[in-house]
Amino acid sequence: MDNEFEPKLLAFVCNWCTYAGADLTGTSRIKYASNVKIVRFPCTGRIDFMLVLKAFANGADGVIVSGCHPNDCHYTSGNFHARRRWMLFRELLDFMGIDVRRIRFSWVSAAEGAKWADVVNSTVAAIRELGPYTDYQKAASYLAGNEDVLLNEKEVTL
Amino acid sequence: MIELQNRVKSLLADKEIDLFIGYGQGTRLPRPLLAGTAEEASGLVFDGACTGNLAVYLTRKEVAGSKKVGIAASYFALRSIVQLLAEHQLREERLRVFALAPGGTLKELAGLAEVERHLAETPVPSLQVEDDWVKEIDAMPPKERWGYWLGELSKCFKCYACRAACPMCYCTKCIVEVNRPQWVQPWAAAASNMEWQINRVMHLAGRCSDCGACGAACPLGLPVHILSHKMVEIVAQRFGTPEGGNALSTFKPDDKENFIG
Repeated sequence: MDNEFEPKLLAFVCNWCTYAGADLTGTSRIKYASNVKIVRFPCTGRIDFMLVLKAFANGADGVIVSGCHPNDCHYTSGNFHARRRWMLFRELLDFMGIDVRRIRFSWVSAAEGAKWADVVNSTVAAIRELGPYTDYQKAASYLAGNEDVLLNEKEVTL
Repeated sequence: MIELQNRVKSLLADKEIDLFIGYGQGTRLPRPLLAGTAEEASGLVFDGACTGNLAVYLTRKEVAGSKKVGIAASYFALRSIVQLLAEHQLREERLRVFALAPGGTLKELAGLAEVERHLAETPVPSLQVEDDWVKEIDAMPPKERWGYWLGELSKCFKCYACRAACPMCYCTKCIVEVNRPQWVQPWAAAASNMEWQINRVMHLAGRCSDCGACGAACPLGLPVHILSHKMVEIVAQRFGTPEGGNALSTFKPDDKENFIG
């Protein structure tokens, strides 16, 4: 056993393309990194940007967001709406110094089982390089990890 | 000033309006003055120093309700009014808009078309300070940016003055008041403060008038309006002028990005 850092990844995927694509990866017996937990959504349009932040706050080191290719949305336009949202969201996060390299956006269709394996593997490799995302976790955990700071806080005496 | 006072008094007397939302003399800057009677209207002022965004009162039920209102609108308030009309939050026929022409003369704007024409004719007030501020932050390395915003926003104690001051924040049930699911933790802590600001700015994407009222309202002087300003820049850069003031509830099939692979 070595103590190499194993990244925790969360994948938010749409039911119609990427989830089916990930299923195909399995049925095609393609091996890929097991660091990812897949959460299925009806559509990329349903993936609230808060979910990404919640994932980081709760210990994810990286997030994958994936759905149908443009023009392939089961609901016609969900992925177009999602794309706009991600365009703004990503730039805003970058402006606030949140590490956008940890969010991987992708289009994976139901036929692209091999691509899904590739997306996961390359993201896991990239996050492994970046290390755990302690910055956000620490900011999110309110008091935990800040004990030394709290010790120095003095009661206000009048 | 007398001109506006007299006009408001006659509108009130003729029952053309029930309430006038304008500016009164303040200690440093003009402050909001809600005039429902001729006597109250005598305190109205309106000049170049009147820059606060009074459009915020238009969507407050306890203030405007279903009244016929008149408003003294600064440049950014006019932008907010256009957006509120686009979102069907105001009735054009219940609204009398007064603005200042570049020379400082009083102008009554009848309806949306005239407001839009006035906006097109009037030069945009300078936002040089905000532009420079955004450039300064953009120039920082990501780690430093994170430190900057973490430092600023960890001071926030979640009074939501930024929300209260915003004409576009009119939801009767805001995301931070929803607890199923509890998206944003209710206590004031660094990450949840950041998440609140991210939510605020994302929900204002393409709708924000860039008036800076959020930052001006912050009792701690946190630069939350810089986040809003950055979002205005991003939207303009990515999508140009959004049609009908819509950036996120619409799309173009050929929207261009470079990060989805």
